[in-house]
Amino acid sequence: MNRQAAGWIVALLALVALPFVHRDPYHLHVLVLILIWSFAYTSWSIMGRFGLVSLGHGGFMGIGAYVTALLWNHLGVSPWIGIPLSMATAGVLALIVAYPCFRFRITGHYFVLVTLALSGIVLQVITATRDYTGGSLGYTPQRAPSGKGLFALQFDDKTTWYLIALVVWAAGLVIWRAIDRSMIRHAMEAISEDEDAAAAAGVNVTAEKLKITLISALMTALAGALYCQYQMFISPDTVSGIAVSLQMVFAAIVGGVYVALGPTVGAVITIVLAEVLRISFGTKAVGWDNLVYGVLLVLFIIFLPKGILGSVIDRIKSPRKPSRGHEQQTVPIARR
Amino acid sequence: MQSFLNIFDIYLLEAVINGILLGGVLALLALGLNLIFGVIDVTWICYAELVMIGMYGMYYLVQVFHLPYWAAAPLVILLVALLGAALHFLVIAPLLTAPPINQLLATGGVLFILQSFATVAFGIDFRNLGIRLPVLALGEMNFSYARLLSFGAALVGMIGVYLFLTRTFTGTAIRAIAQDRQIMPLMGVDPKRIYLVTSAIGGGLAGLAACLLVLQYDVHPFVGLSFGPITFLICVLGGLGNFIGGFIAAFVFAEIISLGGLFSDLEWGYVLAFAFFIVMMFIRPAGLLARRS
Repeated sequence: MNRQAAGWIVALLALVALPFVHRDPYHLHVLVLILIWSFAYTSWSIMGRFGLVSLGHGGFMGIGAYVTALLWNHLGVSPWIGIPLSMATAGVLALIVAYPCFRFRITGHYFVLVTLALSGIVLQVITATRDYTGGSLGYTPQRAPSGKGLFALQFDDKTTWYLIALVVWAAGLVIWRAIDRSMIRHAMEAISEDEDAAAAAGVNVTAEKLKITLISALMTALAGALYCQYQMFISPDTVSGIAVSLQMVFAAIVGGVYVALGPTVGAVITIVLAEVLRISFGTKAVGWDNLVYGVLLVLFIIFLPKGILGSVIDRIKSPRKPSRGHEQQTVPIARR
Repeated sequence: MQSFLNIFDIYLLEAVINGILLGGVLALLALGLNLIFGVIDVTWICYAELVMIGMYGMYYLVQVFHLPYWAAAPLVILLVALLGAALHFLVIAPLLTAPPINQLLATGGVLFILQSFATVAFGIDFRNLGIRLPVLALGEMNFSYARLLSFGAALVGMIGVYLFLTRTFTGTAIRAIAQDRQIMPLMGVDPKRIYLVTSAIGGGLAGLAACLLVLQYDVHPFVGLSFGPITFLICVLGGLGNFIGGFIAAFVFAEIISLGGLFSDLEWGYVLAFAFFIVMMFIRPAGLLARRS
């Protein structure tokens, strides 16, 4: 166990030291994007791993990005206050939608489609309020005057952004680990196997599900706000809507939903793939990255539902263990 | 004041009737999705993308190959029906025993594939048929023939499916398998064949919807996102797999969008419809027509 902890610390130190050794701005840019999206995908997986498949996370991400930017541009509220406010907005919305879902036992297809409505609403509201949000043309937070970069959470320096994103990403993993070791995990696993049995065993099904949803939504909104502050440009299509929701699901599943670093692996694969395609084919690559994603997603769900990292870890831990096919009937997002 | 009210009422009536016309096409879309869900127990997240491909099919047949509209339409319906069968054969069939969420997500992958395929193959320009149907003026109200035609064709399509399901052996087998999945193989019905036929019919309905929608809207690779979500909401509001519920919900939604668009932007009509949906989930979580337990 100690060796494992030491390994984590060494890896983390190496990641912290990286921008001081390797200063290539483009590589740092890609790394920042990977870290921010990894955090978003981790947020999704925190509830996705328990079979609560949400397609509403694009909505939470959009709220995180747009509320922060709107408060800054229109009211001059610093993102230091704006980000918590945007997270609170996303949290309240998550509770409003999730409560009836969980209270009335809306699960499976129904839950997916209700959350789909949520990201649809957020996308349409952003587009409809184009007088304030710029609509589908996108939105840019105003540049802060020089010297007030910290107040406005705007940094030109990629190293600073890298370190911020690294801290947030690591915090996401810590939250994952905390949940993994808490009662919530056991309660949620019981619920995902059989809700009635879990309720009979004394698990407050609605409350546990709400907790996990709230954590996940708050984290996703934070990811959206960070993305906005880093990119300094957001549009409804890049931070909200169904495409973003599906992108989260896709990356998390490719990497592996059941292991802490799975979503990160998914983010590395998807973003590196997109960048490689973009560099080697230029504007001709438009659409090709999503085509590859789509094919990979279908293939992964059919052949490797535990994701790359999950399958690799399985292989290492138990090389010749037969697949537990009987389990997959009951647990959503198959574990084979 | 009096004259203002008169004009207002005319607009209101026009919006109500336009809502009904829109409802016809939405009901057609919902019927295809409900049929597939009811029989195969799968939600095709990529359903609207099949429609998008169909719309491109119409565009190419009519604009590039200069086929007349009435000749292109059956070809497109056939094409999308084949696409539906292929989707079932390639993606759903290997996942039939997997958890339902996985099937749904796999069709999400197909959504990505179809969208980016359209981007790569057809480009992101907006395209249209170049057919401008005249506008029917009724008193002070204006209705486009495109909408009237769509409404009529959608109704004919739905009646056709209804007759097929009730009057033919295959249709009866489809309804039976939706009721009891286990027993039908024992009665000599091959579920694999029924699933394939159902997928083809679902695809065919998407193809018909494509032929009708392309009369009213421009086609681009992301056009599916503009009516895909609303179709899912209609199906859930009506109760997934419930044909009559879906039919009613389609008209309810269409009226909300149409009337919401009358008082403000069209997007607000959609926002209202979405909000209405979430409120309805509080009141009737299992669909409009569900009996309360």
